[in-house]
Amino acid sequence: MQFTTPAGRNPIDQLKVVGKPVTRVDGPLKVTGNARYAYERHEVVPNQAYGWILGATIAKGRIIQIDTAAAEAEPGVLKVLTTLDRDPVPPGFRATVHLFGGAEIQHYHQAIALVVAESFEQARAAAHLIAVEYETAHGRFDLAAEASGAKPIADRDSPDSPIVDRVGDFDAAFAEAPVTLDESYATPDQSHAMMEPHATIAAWADGTLTVWTSAQMIGWHREDLAHMLGLDKEDIRVESPFIGGGFGSKLLLRVDALLAALGSKATGRPVKVALQRPLIINNGTRRAGTMQRIRLGATRDGRLTAISHHSLNGNLPGGFAEAAVAPTRLLYGTPNRDLALKLAILDLPEGNDMRAPGEASGLMALEIAMDEMAEKLGLDPVEFRIRNDTQVDPAKPERPFSERHLIECLRTGAERFGWSRRNPSPGAVRDGKWLVGLGMAAAYRGNLVTPSKARIRLERDGRLTVETDMTDIGTGSYTILAQTAAEMMGCPLGSVKLALGDSAYPASSGSGGQWGANNSTAGLYAACVKLREAVAARLGFNAEDAAFADGMVTSGNRSVPLAEAAKDGPLTGEDGIEYGDLDKRYAQGTFAAHFVEVGVDSFTREVRVRRMLAVCDAGRVLNPITARSQVIGGMTMGVGAALMEGLAVDRRFGYFVNNDLGGYEVPVHADIPHQEVIFLDYPDDKSSPMKAKGIGELGLCGVGAAVANAVYNATGIRVRDYPVTVDKHLAEAPQRA
Amino acid sequence: MRPFTYERAASPAAAIAAVTATPGAKFIAGGTNLLDLMKFEIETPTHLVDVRSLPLATIEDTEEGGLRIGALVTNTDLASHPRVKRDYGVLSRAIVAGATGQLRNKASVGGNLLQRNRCPYFYNTAVPCNKREPGSGCSAIGGVSRSLAVIGTSELCIAQNPGDMAVALRVLDARIEAMNAAGKTRTIPIAEFFRLPDFTPAVEFALRPGELITAVTLPPPIGGSHHYHKVRDRASYAFAIVSVAAVLHEDGTGRVAFGGVAPRPWRVERAEAELPQGSEAVVAAAFDGAKPTQDNAFKIPLAERALALVIAEGRG
Repeated sequence: MQFTTPAGRNPIDQLKVVGKPVTRVDGPLKVTGNARYAYERHEVVPNQAYGWILGATIAKGRIIQIDTAAAEAEPGVLKVLTTLDRDPVPPGFRATVHLFGGAEIQHYHQAIALVVAESFEQARAAAHLIAVEYETAHGRFDLAAEASGAKPIADRDSPDSPIVDRVGDFDAAFAEAPVTLDESYATPDQSHAMMEPHATIAAWADGTLTVWTSAQMIGWHREDLAHMLGLDKEDIRVESPFIGGGFGSKLLLRVDALLAALGSKATGRPVKVALQRPLIINNGTRRAGTMQRIRLGATRDGRLTAISHHSLNGNLPGGFAEAAVAPTRLLYGTPNRDLALKLAILDLPEGNDMRAPGEASGLMALEIAMDEMAEKLGLDPVEFRIRNDTQVDPAKPERPFSERHLIECLRTGAERFGWSRRNPSPGAVRDGKWLVGLGMAAAYRGNLVTPSKARIRLERDGRLTVETDMTDIGTGSYTILAQTAAEMMGCPLGSVKLALGDSAYPASSGSGGQWGANNSTAGLYAACVKLREAVAARLGFNAEDAAFADGMVTSGNRSVPLAEAAKDGPLTGEDGIEYGDLDKRYAQGTFAAHFVEVGVDSFTREVRVRRMLAVCDAGRVLNPITARSQVIGGMTMGVGAALMEGLAVDRRFGYFVNNDLGGYEVPVHADIPHQEVIFLDYPDDKSSPMKAKGIGELGLCGVGAAVANAVYNATGIRVRDYPVTVDKHLAEAPQRA
Repeated sequence: MRPFTYERAASPAAAIAAVTATPGAKFIAGGTNLLDLMKFEIETPTHLVDVRSLPLATIEDTEEGGLRIGALVTNTDLASHPRVKRDYGVLSRAIVAGATGQLRNKASVGGNLLQRNRCPYFYNTAVPCNKREPGSGCSAIGGVSRSLAVIGTSELCIAQNPGDMAVALRVLDARIEAMNAAGKTRTIPIAEFFRLPDFTPAVEFALRPGELITAVTLPPPIGGSHHYHKVRDRASYAFAIVSVAAVLHEDGTGRVAFGGVAPRPWRVERAEAELPQGSEAVVAAAFDGAKPTQDNAFKIPLAERALALVIAEGRG
């Protein structure tokens, strides 16, 4: 199905099932332990052996030799593969590093050997006996120290944006502006810290490979494996029906799948491999830390006249830039702008996608800057943002937003949160020992449209089977796809069976970039249209006139049970959604306003979040329960980013020292207070037939700044270097409140 | 993890005999720290003697009016014991500030005293560490040291003692009973139990080879208001950046020990004599001679603030 013009009224608009607060259809499987994750799939193939990955213990240089004799002599060891056995595999899609092969070391904990043994314990113990001789080279591990050599670079995900993105005359406007701000902000390297590690079981049969893995993008993993192993992708099957969190870490193929495949090939046994947590952090990808400079110029009545946002991060040679300026392109209207990304070379684990790449980091800075500017102007921060709203792409005023209700998000949030009770003077509100502050931020995240296919089959008994390689990374894909099928075919939810996350099924959008929900359901919508046509033809109806409801197909005064259409055999509808240029003609985005109340201990400066509210404008909400879960998960991640998360690099050895979940702290239940989420109901007919948009990343965008702004309101101390920890607070405020 | 043999001891004497007879043997109780260290091959015992079935899990009143706590009493049971809550509140509060419910259910009093440090370099066997490999060097000095000790360190080691329970026990002047291979029990004041690194950072405790902790005794209650404030980066399940254990009396005197700042719970009796003068005087004396790094110098003003908070709480 080509989606080239705005959606008219369609069966989804009935909202009998879609849009309803349906609990997760896969919930019972999960709470009973019957949703098997990759490493636990003991049943899929017998005689599984265990692999353990050895990571390099230098960050840059080369391997002189690897002595595996002692490891190979250990009981139970089947095989030791080393990186010296083969040439480097080519880098995967969107990736810079080569995952295995050759003597060159590009980053710490690069995989250099795999031990395959009868048991996990044997493999791990044997790996400790491998002796590696290195030749260490000088590495670059300090972003600030490498800043002077940084080069301007394009935003890989916005190829149409110029490298130095100038509109109007920023310098002149900034010089003339009566009120200006010029501040620098820093965000640290972050780990996805998903609960389930990268994990794969691989098995070969007759030259074909099956991997049971944990992947957000079935198609990308399959193509990367084919590319790296020199196989035809048709000879590879990838299965990933359940995923214990990804946050971008599982978009791209990681070394667990490659080494499981190589280990299985070498031993003739199915092999399972997981990345140990330290390797998730030092071998996997990170959200690259940034150093950002923001300059704002405004009129005295609070109209932005000039905005400049420059961001620097580091990555391996050939790596990409964290596009922190991305939200600044579209969030506020201003006639003069100057946006630029710079990239320095760092020999650290590869910087790559993490939940809301670009926007999350950029808004952490931009939305503090907006708070600071509002204060300079003596304007309420909510009102300041309202005054600078835009209904068109500021760089292309002929390009309107498809739907944009940021002002309503801001006003609704202010009303519901009791924003009017905020004391604009910082440090003025006390509750016992606590200094209490309110903060807010606006949020923007793009809505990405991308093709997605699905197949739906009407079985003889009237039940429906949906097949697509769409993944559910904890987001609720199973549930919203079931709702879509039930709505389109006029069936109860319980009659829809889902089969997801398998490369044997039609290729979907996959999960990432908050594009999964809208695109995968739109692809299934297209398949359902085909099935409705097939059903109508079989029953002798005109498809245009037939209504599908309550298990019946009705046209005029004739009504036939849906199952009747399949009495002679199943009927199948298979199609996908493909998009025209509506996302070029219209800026498609999602918007939110975040409000946060914090308490800051007046003695120790410990920060505790007390209340949070998000008001979201993200198109049609397909399921308010799963959508809310996405948003509160994002808000929780935002609290982590604001207050505690940060990878600490050792600048001598070149690795992240806090490489486990004891050292890399993410919020625990005690950190997260009451969270409230409000969805505005603005279906977007330019987005897809579903009229939905992304939501999973919007929940994170802006939250960090809202927390930081609340801390400022509580204390009067502005920390511009995340996370906002006690030590930074004390450095800014040596005197006790 | 290297292969090891295992036995379950039937009596304290048998446990001690087994550990003494086997080179490289260790006791194991809850295993909440030891098993992690074995997986990283930071600890590589050849033989484990499981002491969990020994009759050391009771809490009894002593003749003097104190408490005798068996070494195998779990952290959970100790924190919730009525007399501990009533008479030794600082101990109960410190314990529940540590770890998680699941870990406290497994962790024993004796084992908790022996938990090893949490220096990130101690956990990476690829980098030098004088605790792991004496003489190899200290990677923390000049490295990432925000969490580490500011006082009591040496040029060979700046790791901090990560405990909570031990800080409260230090304030309460607890004594540790240890039995040796001859069946003799000696009592070690907690002030002497944790060794400073000096020239031998690998030696962390005053226990001699083969000695088994059998109990911890508390002197009679000293009254006062009991406080434990733990500053950390998240609200639960994190080690202290700085903690303060204090017992404060109405006349302004009291006792105070700091956690997260030194290789042992840090109590300086001459500093706590300054309590009536306030937190700044106490901290100035307690941290006299501190050698913080650039990353962790904030711990000293933070300790002062945490103590000020505790004193303010004490005044109600």
